[in-house]
Order: sequence, then structure tokens, then C-alpha cells
Amino acid sequence: MPKLIWREPIETTTITNRPPTAEAGGTAETTDAAALETVPQPRQTAETKAEPRRRVITLGDIAGRESGGLVVLLVAIGALTLASDEFLTGNNLANLARQVAIFGIIAVGQLLVILTAGIDLSVGSILGLSGASTAQFLVAGMPILPSILLGVAIGTALGIVNGLLVTRALLPPFIATLGMLGIARGLVLVTTDAQTIQGVPDAFQVIANGTVLGIPNLLIIAAAITAVMWFVLARTVFGRYIYAVGSNPESARLAGVPVRMVTVSVYMISGLLAGLGGVLLASRLGAGIPTAGTGFELNAIAACVIGGASLFGAKGSAIGAATGALIMGVLNNGGNLLAINAFYLQIAIGVLILVAVGFDQLNTRRSAASG
Amino acid sequence: MADPVVELHGVSKAFGPVQALSDVSLRLVPGQVNCLAGENGAGKSTLIRVLTGALRRDSGSYEIDGRPVNTPTPASVRAAGVQAVYQELSLLPHLSVAENLFMGRLPARTGIIARGRLQASARKALDEVGLTELSPQAIVERLPAATRQLVEIAKVLTAESVKVIVFDEPTTALTEAESERLLQHILRLRERGIAMLYVTHRLEEMFEIGDWVTVLRDGGLSEAGPISGYDEDRLITAMVGREISSLYPETHRHAGTPALRVQGLRRFGGSPSIDLQVGAGEILGIGGLLGAGRSGLLLSIFGAAPIVAGQVEVGGKAVKPSGPRTMMNAGVGLLTEDRKVLGLLPELSIRENVTIASLRSGSRHGLLPGREQAEEADRLLDSLRLRAGSYDQPVSTLSGGNQQKVLLARWLLTKPKVLMFDEPTKGIDVGAKGELYTVIGDLAARGLGIIVVSSYLPELLGLADRILVLRDGAIAGELPGSATEEEVLRLASGSGGAEPPPAAEESPHDPGGVSRDA
Repeated sequence: MPKLIWREPIETTTITNRPPTAEAGGTAETTDAAALETVPQPRQTAETKAEPRRRVITLGDIAGRESGGLVVLLVAIGALTLASDEFLTGNNLANLARQVAIFGIIAVGQLLVILTAGIDLSVGSILGLSGASTAQFLVAGMPILPSILLGVAIGTALGIVNGLLVTRALLPPFIATLGMLGIARGLVLVTTDAQTIQGVPDAFQVIANGTVLGIPNLLIIAAAITAVMWFVLARTVFGRYIYAVGSNPESARLAGVPVRMVTVSVYMISGLLAGLGGVLLASRLGAGIPTAGTGFELNAIAACVIGGASLFGAKGSAIGAATGALIMGVLNNGGNLLAINAFYLQIAIGVLILVAVGFDQLNTRRSAASG
Repeated sequence: MADPVVELHGVSKAFGPVQALSDVSLRLVPGQVNCLAGENGAGKSTLIRVLTGALRRDSGSYEIDGRPVNTPTPASVRAAGVQAVYQELSLLPHLSVAENLFMGRLPARTGIIARGRLQASARKALDEVGLTELSPQAIVERLPAATRQLVEIAKVLTAESVKVIVFDEPTTALTEAESERLLQHILRLRERGIAMLYVTHRLEEMFEIGDWVTVLRDGGLSEAGPISGYDEDRLITAMVGREISSLYPETHRHAGTPALRVQGLRRFGGSPSIDLQVGAGEILGIGGLLGAGRSGLLLSIFGAAPIVAGQVEVGGKAVKPSGPRTMMNAGVGLLTEDRKVLGLLPELSIRENVTIASLRSGSRHGLLPGREQAEEADRLLDSLRLRAGSYDQPVSTLSGGNQQKVLLARWLLTKPKVLMFDEPTKGIDVGAKGELYTVIGDLAARGLGIIVVSSYLPELLGLADRILVLRDGAIAGELPGSATEEEVLRLASGSGGAEPPPAAEESPHDPGGVSRDA
């Protein structure tokens, strides 16, 4: 396509003497094509027309992104409270929290990557590898803390490798992490011989199964991570850089943002949180299961998307991702309580993703049309 | 004169408030090359797009072979025999030459490509443009630019009906020798009785192959006539024909200590070495044709594009332009030409777009800077008279002029010593232009070193105290701010025939010379 460059006829005196604020009015005359002699006049009418619409978008844009997910969550909770006596019992809620927590931790890590317009398909496999490795270390007699740290470190290291593959080898994130998905899963199957690792100490199992003041530890950990991520994204320079990289990496680079460092960091954090998720899952189940976490990457992506994140980057929040994870957890939990066929639940979650993204597209298009 | 095959009469076209074409007429006669001349933005591209059916005209008539064309589409216009060769190639890079030549009408039997027939027809088409050596199976991506341009012409010639060919700056990406070959080919097409519209910035090409010239200025028809009635001066006057107005700030400034000094900068091995210097309080203009290397030079100075050699000094201190971050910290800012691709962060708010480059300097312990920086950003935006409902709204909701102000505020917040502007008013309406010029003048008056790259000569001459003209990546010469558009155009297009510009006392070299030491 030829590039279109045009320049307006210059009408200098009218410009320099014109006050900066555009007066309204004159709309009727300027619709006549013959009256388009001087440029400033029609420009004013275009601007006065755009002004009110702009304000509407701003409201919807700021309130809309997370509130959509929260509304869905509240409706789901309300409906389940009415439909099932068991839903609002402490026992069930604790159960729900344990189910959702690990999943939420991974979703929050995934969110950082998605905010940079990337994707991390390897979190499920990293989770499996870290969990099984930690279990192996424990069974081999290593103390609990070093075992956990080593397990998390494995996840972190693989995350860094992902980041380097994306920034240095310039592989598309989808491919780099798809490769890692296979590698990490293969590694865990090789090291465990595809056998479940049993016999981890009880003290290790307490971490994920214990409670503080009646609140499950897992919920506390997940909430803390979400809070930290919210803080990082909303209040730190690094967080702002993540959005900038996702919005337009070239522009960000030219504004002095260390794009490579930021990109490697988000994959590293995603790997770290996947590793932590693996350790926690091993603790919760009291065993290292080589196939643990299979398919988690897609659920994590779904949670982010339901929570308002855009796969094109720069849109989404930690609260949104956690909300998305909660919605999926609540739907699963409710389905169990109401004895709904789990296969139907899968369909429902699929539809939910399409609706969430469909609404977002609609919004974007509407604001683009008026912007 | 022979009957025209295509005739446009009184054609107008507006884009919203911008009148891109008004009352333009054009005749294309078989066996003649009509050269379309005009400055950047004079309406040439719009006219071509109307001609090829890519744009609907607002008013006026369009006839092909005497038959009116009322609702032109690219397909119908092509079918009627009007073909176009664009400066930005329309070939699919990963496919073979043969596939490209017949894309959309590949010879096939029941959906399976008839390879034999395809190769044979491709061979014939390539022979026709003198590419007898080129294999039809060659992948387009691996061909040199000139060959690709010829393939493009071969593709156009394979159309059912070829009465008119439009060439839109076909030689921009070509070397001298390659251009010459292309021009020879166009002359052969003329002998076949094809009418051609030839658009170029290079005046000497017009005189070499043109029969007729049509000059556009500010969207209107300036002049038209046989090229024999023109010389370079008359053609340039017809293209420019306008006085520089009070839109621009005062230029009576004196340059202080050097704010930026660049020595021996080479962008590639074997590329010409470039020296330049901007004083504090001085506006240096950089002119030149499309593709002369102006934007690349700015990107290199800013550390955003690699260099192979050269020293850069900012405020007397040597800096290695290893990255935008380094140069930013040294006090250099760059407002890029393409705001959408190389400037804005569209999803982020106006205020976030302004502060992004200054977050690090205002931050404590990695936390976002406090309210003071946001307030300073707001004050800057206020002083630039940004028109927005709220500074929290996404920057993508702003108009072009206001987006440019946001980027300007971004760099002003970094407290730079040197600011570089690449086509600062491209796509900006006139009102905002005037304001930007005033701001640029004020910044220089406050002691910043300013570099402005512009294709729009009145702007370049109106703003700059001193003008460097680039041609083919090298400095072709230096002119004072009082230079005329003719002098700049002459240096830029390399038509060295005219007498050296009288006011260029700093430039002892022949203006047609290729390199120059500052």
C-alpha cells in the first residue's frame, strides 16, 4: 500500500490569532462541502463532537475491566448460595479456597507474562517438575526448607531460560514456552520414572493443609502473593514498565525502558510462582505426582482472560486474574455440590471465556470507533 | 494531441477537515510519460489513489477511453487497463516470482496449480522486462530491490489490458545504475503506446523521461504543460510557489556552547561518515529526500540504531550511544516520526505516557514517583495546552497533534539538553502545528539544542537557524536558515547544475558534492 501523506493548505493568520479553546457552533454551515475553505473551522466541529463520547469511554474503561469479573463472581456466589445449602458452609469454603489457591498463584504469574503480550505455556509442566523434585529431595532425606527452596529454584531457573529464549534467541513466546512445556514434563517423567513419589514428612504436608485462625494456609499464601503482585503492578516502576512493554515494546525501548530485563523478569516470576505452586501441591497431596499440573497452563490463561486481561498485552490486573481463578473455582465447586455433570462445566467455562473476550472486543471496537 | 486514454477533470477529495485535492485535472495520453510533481503532501498520493480506485473522489469526473467511471474500485479500474507500480512493493516476499506474477489468477486445473503453464507464462513475462536471467522459481525475498521493482512491472504487464501505468516513486529504493535501467525500460514501454504517470522527487528523472509535467501544490493544480517548457528553476518555483509565513518563531538566535557534537558517525561499514554539531539555543534543520537517511541518523544518535563508528558528545561530555536509555540519561530526547509505532504506549493513560521516561529518576526504592512528578507532568501538559477531558484517559483517544504534545511533554519531563524532532508535524492539523512551532522556538530560546528533520520545506526553513541537507546517507551540504526552498531541493535532489547558493558561506564545497566535513 502506498503511504498516504497529505498536507493541509496553510492559512496562517487565522491560526495564530485563534484562541486555543475551540468554540462550538458553526456546525450547520460547515457541513456544506463548499464551505471547506479554511481548515480550522471543520476541525473544531470534529472536536466538539468527539468530546462527550470520549468521557463515556473513560468511565467504562476504568470501571469495566475488573468489575465485569467481580459481577460474574458475585452472581455465581449468590446463585450457588440460593441453590445449595452446603455452599456457604465453612467446610466447603475452606475446601474451595484450597482448590483455587494454587491455581490462583499460577494465574497471577501468568498474568505478568500476558501483560507483556507474551504467554507462558510451560507453567503446568514446571509445576509438575518442581513438585516432584521437592518430594524426591524430601524422600532422599534433605531438610524441608532447602528442599522447598531448591524446588522453587528449579521453576525460577526454567522461567529465566524461557525469558532468554524470548529475548535473546528471539523465539516467539508461544514457541519458547511450548518447547519448555515438553522439556519440563519430560524431565519429571524421566527423573521419577513416571512413579508417584511417596513418603514425604508430615511436617511438609502441614504447610498446605494447615490453618491459621481457621483460615487455610494456602488461602493466606495465595492472597499474599496476589496482594504483592497488585502492589508491584500498581505502585512500582517495574510494574509500570511491564505495561509499557506490553503496550508497545519499541516505543518503550525508545523511552528508556529496559525491555529485555523486564521481559526476562516476568518469565522468571512466572516460573518461580509455578515452582511454588508445585511445592504447595506436593504438600497438599502429600506426594510428588509426575503428571501434576497437566493442562494448568490453559486454566491459568483462562483465569487471566476471564479476569479482564488482554492477550495483546498491557491490559489486566492481579485482582482480575485472582478473580478469574475464583470464578472458575466457584463454578467447579458449585457444579460438584449440585451434582452437575463435570463435562457440562467444561462447556460452561468455555462459553465464559468466549463471552468475556467477546465483550472486551466489542468494547475496544466501540472506543476505537469513537476515539 | 492524441486523445487521452484517461482524463480526470475537476477532481476533489477531502479527508474530514483536510482538503487533500481540490479541482485537479489530469490527462494521460498513449505513448506519453506525464510526470507528476509536487512537494510532500501536495496531494500526489491522493491523486494516484483516486486514479487507481483506492479512494472515491468527492467530486469531478473520471473517464477511461471516454467512458465515465462512476464507482471505481481497484479491481474495476485494473480491468479497464489502469495499472500501478508502487514505491512500497506489493509482492509477497515468501512466494516465488512466478506465483507473484500470477497471484489471484494462477493457472490451475480443478484447483491444482498447472506448474508447467505457470512457469512458461512467467518466463515470457520476465523476458518482456529484460529479466532473462531470473528464474521464475526464485523467491522474491532474496531478490535485490531493483529486480523486485522490475518483477513488479512484469506483473503489471501480465494484466489483460494495459493502457496506463502509474509509477509511484519507483526509484526511491534503487541505486543510480538500477534507476537508469528502470528508466530505460519505461522509455521502451512508451514506445509500445502505453500512457504513463510518473511520480518522483528526483527532478533530473523527469527531464530524462518526461513528455508532460503536472505540478500539484497544496492539493490543487499548480501548472501543467510540456516538459520542454520547463527548466529546473521553473519547475521548483511551480512546486513551491509560496512564501514562508509568520507561523514560525523568530530565528534570530545565536548558538551557545555545543550541546551535541557528532563526529565521524558511520551507520554501516562503508557508509559515509557524518559530522554535525548543535549549539545550545540553536535549531538545526535536517533536510533531504525520502530515504536520504535522515530518520536513521537521528535513531543512531539516540542509540536506538546500531553504529559502526563515531563519537557523540552531549554538553561537552563524550557518550557512547549504546542505547536509548544511555542517551536519555545523557540528556538527549527523540520524538520519532511514526508516533504510533515508535512513540506512544496506546493502552496507557496520557499521564503514564508522559512519565514513563522519567519514572526511574523520580523513583525511590523502585516505587512509582509520588505526586510531585504527576503534578509536574500535568503542568507541562497544561502549558502545552493539551486538549483532553482528563489526563487519565488512554492516550490513543487523542488526535495526532495532541499525541505529539504528549510525547513532547514526555521528553521535557526528562529535562533534556538536546531534543530531536523527526517530522514533528506529520499528520497534525494546522492549529496544532503553529503551537508546536512556538514551543520549539521557546525551547531553543531556553537554551536547548534542537534538531528538526522535516520533509516539508517551509517548515524546515521557517524553524531552522542552519540546515544540513542529506543525500544518500551523506551530508550534501549546509545552508543558512535564510536559504530558499530551491537551494534545499537542489542539494537534496543532487541537481548540481545551478550556481552555488550565495548565502552559504559556511559551505565552500560544490553543493552537488557527495561528502562534506563540518
